[in-house]
Amino acid sequence: MTRYIGRRLLAFIPVLFIIVTLTFFLVRLAPGGPFAAEKAVSEEALRQIAAHYNLDAPLFKQYLDYLAGLLQGDMGPSLKRPSRSVAEWILIKLPVSVELGIYGLVVALCLGLPAGILAAWRPNTWRDYVPMSLAMTGICVPNFVLGPLLVLVFAVHLGWLPVALWETPSDKILPALTLGAIYAAYIARLTRASLLEVLSQDFIRTARAKGLGETRVVLRHGLRGALQPVVAFLGPATAGLLTGSFVVENIFGIPGLGTEFIKAALNRDYTMIMGTVLVFSVLIMTFNLAVDVVQAWLDPRLRHA
Amino acid sequence: MRSGGAVKTVFADAERGTSLWRDAARRLQKNRLAVAGLIVLACVVLCAFAGPWFSSYPYDEQDRENKFLGPSAAHWFGTDHLGRDLFVRVMQGGQISLEVALAATAVSLSIGVLFGAMAGFLGGRVDNAMMRVVDVLYTLPFTIFAIILVTYLGRSLVLVFVAIGAVEWLTMARIVRGQVMSLKEKEFIEAAVAMGLSRRRILLRHLIPNAIGPVIVYATLTIPRVMLLEAFLSYLGLGVQAPMSSWGTLIKEGTAAMEEYPWLLVFPSVALSVTLFSLNFLGDGLRDALDPRSSKE
Amino acid sequence: MAGAVLAGCHVARHETAGADGRVLHVGNGAEPQDLDPHLVTGVPEHRLVSALFEGLVDVDPETLEPVPAVAESWTVSSHGTVYTFRLREDARWSNGDPVRAHDFVYAWKRILTPALGSEYAYMLHCMKNARAYNEGTLTDFGEVGAKALDDRTLEVTLNHPTPYFLSMQIHYTWYPVHRATIERYGQMDERGTRWTRAGNLVGNGAFRLERWEPDRIITIARNPHYWNAGRVRLEAVHFHPVDNVLTEELLFRVGRFDLTTTVPLNKVEVYQRTRPDAIRIDPYLGTYFYRLNVTRPPFTDARVRRAFAMSIDREDLVRNVVRAGRKPAYCFTPPDTAGYTCSTAIPYDVDEARRLLAEAGYPNGEGFPEVELLHNTSDDHRQIAEAAQAMWKQHLNVRVSLVNQEWKVYLNSMLQRDYQIARSGWIGDFVDPINFLECFTTGNGNNRTGFASDKYDALIAQALGEVDGERRIAVLQEAERLLLEEAPIVPIYFYTNIFLKHPDLKGISPNLLGYVSFKRLYFEPDGAPPREPRGEGTVTRAGVGVGVTRDGRAG
Repeated sequence: MTRYIGRRLLAFIPVLFIIVTLTFFLVRLAPGGPFAAEKAVSEEALRQIAAHYNLDAPLFKQYLDYLAGLLQGDMGPSLKRPSRSVAEWILIKLPVSVELGIYGLVVALCLGLPAGILAAWRPNTWRDYVPMSLAMTGICVPNFVLGPLLVLVFAVHLGWLPVALWETPSDKILPALTLGAIYAAYIARLTRASLLEVLSQDFIRTARAKGLGETRVVLRHGLRGALQPVVAFLGPATAGLLTGSFVVENIFGIPGLGTEFIKAALNRDYTMIMGTVLVFSVLIMTFNLAVDVVQAWLDPRLRHA
Repeated sequence: MRSGGAVKTVFADAERGTSLWRDAARRLQKNRLAVAGLIVLACVVLCAFAGPWFSSYPYDEQDRENKFLGPSAAHWFGTDHLGRDLFVRVMQGGQISLEVALAATAVSLSIGVLFGAMAGFLGGRVDNAMMRVVDVLYTLPFTIFAIILVTYLGRSLVLVFVAIGAVEWLTMARIVRGQVMSLKEKEFIEAAVAMGLSRRRILLRHLIPNAIGPVIVYATLTIPRVMLLEAFLSYLGLGVQAPMSSWGTLIKEGTAAMEEYPWLLVFPSVALSVTLFSLNFLGDGLRDALDPRSSKE
Repeated sequence: MAGAVLAGCHVARHETAGADGRVLHVGNGAEPQDLDPHLVTGVPEHRLVSALFEGLVDVDPETLEPVPAVAESWTVSSHGTVYTFRLREDARWSNGDPVRAHDFVYAWKRILTPALGSEYAYMLHCMKNARAYNEGTLTDFGEVGAKALDDRTLEVTLNHPTPYFLSMQIHYTWYPVHRATIERYGQMDERGTRWTRAGNLVGNGAFRLERWEPDRIITIARNPHYWNAGRVRLEAVHFHPVDNVLTEELLFRVGRFDLTTTVPLNKVEVYQRTRPDAIRIDPYLGTYFYRLNVTRPPFTDARVRRAFAMSIDREDLVRNVVRAGRKPAYCFTPPDTAGYTCSTAIPYDVDEARRLLAEAGYPNGEGFPEVELLHNTSDDHRQIAEAAQAMWKQHLNVRVSLVNQEWKVYLNSMLQRDYQIARSGWIGDFVDPINFLECFTTGNGNNRTGFASDKYDALIAQALGEVDGERRIAVLQEAERLLLEEAPIVPIYFYTNIFLKHPDLKGISPNLLGYVSFKRLYFEPDGAPPREPRGEGTVTRAGVGVGVTRDGRAG
């Protein structure tokens, strides 16, 4: 298993290389550059700015310069947010997104798993319909509706919680709920679906016939097999959670990395796009690796030598 | 072999009566919730596509002095910021949303299931390579990708499907791959292999139908994501142009007016929710129906 | 006009009352790109930079008349092209260094240095040879019209008489910068060095930079070295960058913010009804308009353009769609801009519009090709466009389709002139009609319509050289008349500056630039007794200088 993990980690490097290369050239295909503005800027100024950021060099040279910088740990200056470099921005904003993402994940698991398990355990009863309907509501209500709704009810009218920003612990509750709700709904439904399948299998009947307690049957024996699709879903979902959600961060004024993904693309901030894509790739690959490891642990037949 | 032929015919007769799909259809009919979902869904589709014909208001007719009216006998759902009848706009929005949802999900399903099943089934280095491709595609910035699509290929609804399908299939592939990988080791697959069935046949007729449970559920989960993703894409200039709009954009606009004119948010949201609920009941029913061993306690 | 012209008389009160200890919480919209006066371009940056730095001249927030700032007095030559400023003796940087004339010369040299690539350097082009230096054709800055005659005397030579020169000094491009600080962290013409970070930045404004946590908060605290520190009543200002306007309004509603940048459209009427003392709607120097690409048929024909311009019911649009106290625009330059009001107007005349369209060869819209109206993504732009689309359909029977492009793609289309009708806006850089009307000279970077008229160019050139105020206005009015007749643009409405403010917050006067002078703000509940000033001094600007306070201190 260690060798497998080692090999996968090594594979990060060529994949990252491909991602960097593809993204580098892809972003320049989108029309409009970072310095286009509504009020006309003089040609001279544009030239000087381009020269300062190495944007006037031949494309391939820019690419090589960027790679060279990367190898030294330099992700370049942010083109549209020049007060800090890309690396500085990421160091400032990523921890915020990670924190928000962890809270969201906790909410999602604590709400979603029990709901799904309960529903699968007693299918087609109220114990199934109620949690699943709630889950459906979580899916049908988009986060840009749920967030403001929660804020209106709990912050504005009831005054129990703050409206926005990210400073005190109570600031973090509503964003975590808004972020986690939809993931909770997904987890609930996926868990229910696959747990139902697993529970109808022979080895479960055997376990019950043996007289094992129902809880033990469902949780220890059923869940292990049923978690596979949930884990497969959670891999990329966690990476997404940790890199932040544009909508939640925008609604609550949270200085996270999620807004950067969209804003950098809309601003054509090439270096910032590259930086965020790199962070995201590393996280995605890490979590996919984790997913594969966990799946192998859950289902020993999948283990590689 | 002639005797083989006779045996085959006998078995063929027996088979016709109990194919997987016909079994499934029968089971589905018995599931009342799923049938209800199907009926509601059919109603929604009917309303969306035929409804505007019966309304006295065209969806783009403005009556600016009568903006922001609440629901009344003249305007069942009220009017929007330009005095347009909201009922007709919700119907018209349904057309767009349903088209997008169906097409994009179909695209993502087909690519995702095939890709994921192949990766899971073939395993080893092929699987590794395929999953790395998925990784790379997953991390490419979608916003940029969408902008480029619009720029180079113009702005059409078909492109919306392509863009959305191109993103959604990735997670689908991963789920399917996982399912296939666990199924691969099961006896009935070993039996199929021992019987000498072609890999393609095993994949298509045995692995995929049995992996289909969570896939269907995830597909029904994909549809709301697709609808909302369409709203994001219209923000980027991709998709329907005003005065047409989808449920996603109607909901987005309604959110800004949530406190003052709540009906602008409520009605499109209810339309979306009703559709998604019935889709999900239908999806659950399909999943139960297709799984020969699903329990009904 | 003979003899020295004094720039008017004004009496400033020195209140040495000291700070109230109040902190102002401001929703500032977007995170500032930077705090370098020579590199920033946006409104959020402007608010901060104008609190951290100060120019030669300030303006009275209500009248926008020049008042002394770093310069305690000035004189203007008879031709209006040479200004001589006398700097006050007690102007200080936030580290105690005195502000000298050389600081201004250095700053202006820096912003005009080509290598710095300042996007707003063109604001200084009214200065002699500034443009040549900025474009690199002149390499000796000594030839440029800015000279420090001594530590406290600064002489500026302009190309033309520029009536708005003094009031333009509040724009950050004219602020001084602290040379030693800049050169400690990099070269003079190096972009993006660390000199603007908290702990490094040295400014000469009423406030100093205390804390800068990117995307979270920027705090500025009163600068004890500021020459008029006694007048500053706020202890500190906290700027929060909140992108989402709905969230900003909520933060104001629950009391976290005392001042916002804007108000969501649907909330304007609510506040006007329920909390009228918390909302402000002030006129703003900007016009919302549609550009027509005159190089592409069918808009090559001026009759077609005029027909489109005349068939928009601006009253209806403003009343029902635009709302928020904005005014319909029947011409391009907002009324009462430095005493200038346009003398012609585009009429709302559907019959005439239809007649023009028929004359151009499209009776009742027959045969008129479908044209596209381009706008960048925004609910507001789309709503206005939808209404315009309906009006053109109704009145002219023409089909206009709406094209929504993402911001950069939209800018690109504008730059390439790849559009037929495009939504646009122009916010004035300074209060003078020339800032608006200059845009449409041939080849001007802000033209983007392909409109080219020798007659128009000649009129603008004439206005630039005109010394007599009234004649200048007449020439500009003639130019605008020509512009409206040729109709490369369809003005829609004039902007307003709408924001929310705490009812106790005083000192924000309505002005066309939306200029907030934080050093003048204070909290005082209505009905509270006015504060007793602990000392009073007066200063006149008539070149003589210094009054004496009641308790004997020099003011």
